[in-house]
Amino acid sequence: MIDFDSIPRIKEVSACHGVYDANNCERKNVDRFDDRQKHSVKVLPSIEEAVRRSGLKDGMTVSFHHHFRNGDYIVNMVMDVIAKMGIKNLTVAASSLTDCHWPLIEHIKNGVITHIETSGLRGKLAEAVSHGLMDFPVIFRSHGGRAAAIESGELHIDVAFLGAPSCDPYGNANGYNRDSEEGSCCGSLGYAKLDALYADQCVIITDHLVSFPNTPFGIPESQVEYVVVVDNIGDPKGIMSGATRFTKNPKELLIANYATKAIEASGYFEDNFSMQMGSGGASLAVARFLRERMIEKDIKCRFALGGITGQIVQMHEEGLVKKILDVQSFDLIAANSLKNNRFHQQIDASYYASYANSGAAVSQLDFVILSALEVDTDFNVNVMTGSDGVIRGAVGGHPDAAAGASMTVVVCPLLRGRIPTICSHVNTICTPGRTVDVVVTDQGIAVNPLRPELYERFAAAGLPVTTIEKLHERAEKIAGIPAPIEYTDRIVGVLMYRDNTVLDVIRQVKD
Amino acid sequence: MEIISTGVAGTMESSDIIVRIEPKDTEGIELTLESAVMQQYGKQIKKVIVETLEGLGVTRAYVDAVDKGALDCTVAARTLAAAYRGAQSTDFVWDGGAEK
Amino acid sequence: MSKLRRSMLFVPGNNPGMIRDAHIYGSDSIMFDLEDSVSVTEKDAARFLVYKALTKLHYGKKELVVRINDLSSDLGIADLEAIVRAQPDVIRLPKTDSARDVIECEREIERIEREVGIPVGKTGMMAAIESANGVLNAKEIAFSSKRLIGIALGAEDYVTDLKTTRSPEGVELMFARSMIVNAAKAAGIMALDTVYSDVNNEEGFMAEATLIRKMGFDGKSVINPRQIAPLHAVFTPSEKDLKKARAIMEAIAEANARGSGVASLNGKMIDKPVVARAQYLLEMAERAKTITVEEV
Repeated sequence: MIDFDSIPRIKEVSACHGVYDANNCERKNVDRFDDRQKHSVKVLPSIEEAVRRSGLKDGMTVSFHHHFRNGDYIVNMVMDVIAKMGIKNLTVAASSLTDCHWPLIEHIKNGVITHIETSGLRGKLAEAVSHGLMDFPVIFRSHGGRAAAIESGELHIDVAFLGAPSCDPYGNANGYNRDSEEGSCCGSLGYAKLDALYADQCVIITDHLVSFPNTPFGIPESQVEYVVVVDNIGDPKGIMSGATRFTKNPKELLIANYATKAIEASGYFEDNFSMQMGSGGASLAVARFLRERMIEKDIKCRFALGGITGQIVQMHEEGLVKKILDVQSFDLIAANSLKNNRFHQQIDASYYASYANSGAAVSQLDFVILSALEVDTDFNVNVMTGSDGVIRGAVGGHPDAAAGASMTVVVCPLLRGRIPTICSHVNTICTPGRTVDVVVTDQGIAVNPLRPELYERFAAAGLPVTTIEKLHERAEKIAGIPAPIEYTDRIVGVLMYRDNTVLDVIRQVKD
Repeated sequence: MEIISTGVAGTMESSDIIVRIEPKDTEGIELTLESAVMQQYGKQIKKVIVETLEGLGVTRAYVDAVDKGALDCTVAARTLAAAYRGAQSTDFVWDGGAEK
Repeated sequence: MSKLRRSMLFVPGNNPGMIRDAHIYGSDSIMFDLEDSVSVTEKDAARFLVYKALTKLHYGKKELVVRINDLSSDLGIADLEAIVRAQPDVIRLPKTDSARDVIECEREIERIEREVGIPVGKTGMMAAIESANGVLNAKEIAFSSKRLIGIALGAEDYVTDLKTTRSPEGVELMFARSMIVNAAKAAGIMALDTVYSDVNNEEGFMAEATLIRKMGFDGKSVINPRQIAPLHAVFTPSEKDLKKARAIMEAIAEANARGSGVASLNGKMIDKPVVARAQYLLEMAERAKTITVEEV
């Protein structure tokens, strides 16, 4: 027998729970592994049970990810259950919200949700917010800003409800399913990863419970408290498309051609460069044109970052892009590559873009191609409110990549329909002009005066460089001067910059 | 110019406008406009339609326009086409290039 | 031979979006079409639209061409009444079968120019040859008017007239192209080739563009902006040709400096046409190097 008290200083040793007692131990489980995992205590019968066990109470914060895009069933499913359980006054802190989340309007009206934090809003919910649905303004954060706020504990998540296309009984979750080609697939779980890591309670909701171990995993079991199996986590068609199609729009191709030539002339297109591309038509075309230039000049890309498309995957598989850092997969080709290619790495939102993280991938970018709804003569970019002043977009990683990249290239048409894209003041500042270096339109390239060397290089390469003021003048000469949008004084949304300072506000539109 | 029947010109394509013009018994042009860019250019579009009709001497008409982001010159061209069709006239008057 | 007409972008006359953006794609000329791309019921609407575009929109220094309907119907005259007043650079006459077609059209243009007070002769013309008869008359057409800046082949109607169809190799067009290019050069005007309709076949387009450049054509009509860059690439002189052109121009400059009217290179006297050719090549090279967005 061991005399516990006779051991010197044993009481000062942490994690020591007394003397071993064989009689007091549970019998070892001798079931076959395959039977054993069927009895995992983490797997709960319903979302309601998970909400109850998580200890969710009035006034708390719940979080969701947006990897299922417009095919998402999770947000509405969970909020319906919570509403039925009578819990009120919640903050919804989603990585983003979109068209399909319009049923939240009822929960807001009924006091279930009193505050929203998100990267974006679209559709009916966005319109309702723009017309004054909520007393507490919606807080819009960039992906990097949200990551920093979560890491610092300032944005505290009580319960994260995270949909996953596959999960095992212990909570190892992933954005694809390794066992079959059936069901939903979203690729990277980049935005969900951070929520799982920092939330007090993490509930994985899946429609594919697979055998342990679900490796490689996007979210490890150590961060997961509960697993709930439902019939459907989302509509696969809304979650992602098979392949992002290559544009045939001549104007987008023209803009892409100018952007590619600008990159070539910029001094950043050298061996071992790094890049990020959006998923818009012009961005994708830039990727294809750059591919040709890379082959021609025998230049390789060290890493491609961001939302990843099949274009980037193709370049990776051809050996042109050495590594892919994927926070969000934009199409099935990208999702499958994440599954199959060893150097296609799933990264979380902090690794991607947190300003508090010195190693954030955006800070290692040579150049990024971004889109814009509006750009003003101070180079400020709006990706959030439409030309009618109504919310219809998402900040996403726009300001993060713009701030991080050595050269930020914004691609946009000079006009959309009759509306000038280049304007005197953007409706909403999402990305401050000092971080935007080049604006490429179908009718000329404007270079930020902070970057005279880029102007010189583009001019020397015979590119149609001009000033942002000239582009603005030209747009208004074609379309006429637009009457300004009329707003009320009431603030309905707040744009947080990536350092979580207030960058701009969105006001209620006049009816 | 007198509008004696319904005249329609234009398409629902982006950057175009459909102008529909109909006879009216009393003096005045009664105009309804639906536009994707109403807030920014609604007034301007109406002004172009009315001025174009005035230029033709049309003083009595119902006009119904659905705009998809047409520039002023397109608004004017579609209004002219609709008016001539509504007046069943091919007596086109060209003002010459002096205005450029 | 100073003006380049490598590419003439075809813009349907009843499409406001394309009319608005016609100048952004870098083609040497823009051709607004009132003829085959406009349905019979929309001829009036397209005429108003192109008229307003020409008088109200700003296309910078781009050469503006309007293809009118042929004069055998009332449409052609109605088009001229509007378009001559709107003062494009060039009016393109379709379905030109003989010198008389050109002369008739010129007479109408001149009448309108006088009515409006536009200097007589200001409006340029080009004639599209689209029939077997027209091809045989290529020479008289090319010499028929001082206003003509060039003659063009319209292949779709031509092959129908021949009772054949267009092939990838274009063998059915060999005679017409040869006739047209030869007639044009004899008259000292430009020869412009027909459109290539399969916009997704870039290889076929390049092959055809290479062929017509070798034959002596000055340019080609394009129906999609995507065809402009490859076409200009074909019309960009090789480094070898440029070297020779530069040497010729240097020899000329040197002779001028000496006060001599006779320049020679490698012991050979340099003729006037050789100088013109060299200048043309150098200008093409210069234009190919720089992307110009029209200052509007």
